[in-house]
Amino acid sequence: MNATNLFKIALKAIANNKMRSFLTMLGIIIGVASVITMLAIGQGSKEQIKQNIAEMGSNMIMIRPGEDRGPGGARMSADDMQSLTLTDYENIVNQNKYLAAVSPVVSSGGQLIYGNNNYQTSVTGVSDGYLTIRQLKIESGEMFSEADIKSSAKVCVVGKTIVDNLFPSGADPVGQIIRFNKIPMKIVGVLKSKGYNSMGMDQDDIVLMPYTTVMKRILAQTYLQSIYASALTEGMTDLAIADVTTILRADHRLRDTDDDDFSIRSQEEISSMMTSTMSMLTLLLACVAGISLVVGGIGIMNIMYVSVTERTREIGLRMSVGARGIDILSQFLIEAIMISVTGGLIGMLFGVGASLLVKTLAGWPISIQAWTVALSFLVCTITGVFFGWYPAKKAANLDPIEAIRYE
Amino acid sequence: MKPIIDLDNIRREFVVGDEVVKALRGVSFTIHEGEFVTIMGTSGSGKSTLLNILGCLDSPTSGEYRLDGTPVRTMSKNQRAILRNRKIGFVFQNYNLLAKTTAVENVELPLMYNGDVSAGERRERAVTALRRVGLGDRLNHKSNQMSGGQMQRVAIARALVNDPAVILADEATGNLDTRTSFEILVLFQELHHEGRTIIFVTHNPEIAQYSSRNIVLRDGKVRDDSLNAHMLDAAKKLAELPVNDDD
Repeated sequence: MNATNLFKIALKAIANNKMRSFLTMLGIIIGVASVITMLAIGQGSKEQIKQNIAEMGSNMIMIRPGEDRGPGGARMSADDMQSLTLTDYENIVNQNKYLAAVSPVVSSGGQLIYGNNNYQTSVTGVSDGYLTIRQLKIESGEMFSEADIKSSAKVCVVGKTIVDNLFPSGADPVGQIIRFNKIPMKIVGVLKSKGYNSMGMDQDDIVLMPYTTVMKRILAQTYLQSIYASALTEGMTDLAIADVTTILRADHRLRDTDDDDFSIRSQEEISSMMTSTMSMLTLLLACVAGISLVVGGIGIMNIMYVSVTERTREIGLRMSVGARGIDILSQFLIEAIMISVTGGLIGMLFGVGASLLVKTLAGWPISIQAWTVALSFLVCTITGVFFGWYPAKKAANLDPIEAIRYE
Repeated sequence: MKPIIDLDNIRREFVVGDEVVKALRGVSFTIHEGEFVTIMGTSGSGKSTLLNILGCLDSPTSGEYRLDGTPVRTMSKNQRAILRNRKIGFVFQNYNLLAKTTAVENVELPLMYNGDVSAGERRERAVTALRRVGLGDRLNHKSNQMSGGQMQRVAIARALVNDPAVILADEATGNLDTRTSFEILVLFQELHHEGRTIIFVTHNPEIAQYSSRNIVLRDGKVRDDSLNAHMLDAAKKLAELPVNDDD
């Protein structure tokens, strides 16, 4: 008995029973494809939700002047402390390792006027990094430029609430001149609406100006009220906080024994919500994957088991003409491997195809990852091979007489 | 004449539950090359057990069995498989062909398990065997496209293809109508005349008349072992039979 003959025997057995081979393969194809599709949908939803939470600013950190003291003792309002300066901002921009964007924040309250409409609000002086930090997007017009910041230009970008109140007629606000207190301002862009946040605050009640403009022309001050930044990823928030602390302490020439003369806060509430939501989704996904794999595996197991069992007589015949147990086992193992691997590969194509179809037709978020494809392929193929091998082993150990008389 | 099969006090016991069933209780005989032996017996006489032992599918509990000079009882399963492959040709009552497989491929099967035979030689020997049984024009017919008689011819070709020391037929005509049965019997007689050793297990006493020797089993023992001096010619009988209308 040689390997070539075994392969020929196995190939012939597959070719002569196309229907049976096809049905067996179908079990594996459906198993692999459904697992890949389920996981792609699950993973896609998970990423979508993660992105939605991230848009709430989960990786945002806020730097304020003044030490973070315990309760008790008189303290000044953070806005009145002058320890946070533009030098701090520039050092953070130049030295940070974990930040995606940094922006100074200075704000002042006042009245906005356009024609016979007015609106009481506050303006915020920022750099263009603020858009990244707060996940804001420009809907029309554009963000003010670096040049505007250098020249303390009298320009602003406004939110939807401002537009609604100043331009009730629906006129295009971009290019219009409004007045803040007595200073005329040109609207260069309008922000995309974000609605209310989880605290009930209107996130569209916002006017952004170059921080230089607010500092020089409105507040006439040289210090910053706070600095906002966003970490590169949500997981790097703690690293970023440590990094900024080091930079600011060096900057402020603090000795090791001194307390910080600033405080840094992150969006702990959002980030802990994110962590718990993600771990729940991961668990859910693991359940979906587990159940799909078990269901797929049982389907494969059944069809392999039945197809080998119904061939008991064939096994008996082969043994009576001189096949050894090992020959029978090898033949069925080769058949099972060929069917399972081919089925697994086709299943992978179908799974990826079905996922893309769901994405195109239903518009669901889809994420196909290498590990899910590999996992479903491996589990289904190994199940297929095992349950092809196991009954064949049983059959190979049968007495040829019993096998050939098997009904 | 060379002894092909030599049985010496063969016993075979099965344990069924608490009971020991003695299927064979000391069977001894010798079959020489070129004999056409029928083994007869009612059900329960032990003839199936004897056939399994003769075919190296089963081992005796005690006693010695030499097939073509080789002692079989102490052989392992794998050794017996190889012995079956080289020395024995089986013909079963229900043909046992591979489904949806051509005649040639079915006949090639025993040689597939013999690594010494090349693909070309395998095909050649299968075609020769099929021509020998009169199916030279049906080489590539599939097993489900053939009649019972044709299927049994394929099975006989498969038994011949490894040039065995002995052909073991188990009720080989049991599923066939009278005319086809005689056609198969004619084929066996021809093989006998060519010098092949044939053992035909049956419960049909008529067949015994066409063989050269008849062994009758009862209750696990040889009750009668006689040579047949007046062997009938199956071809003559076939000629006397009415021709089937649908043939």
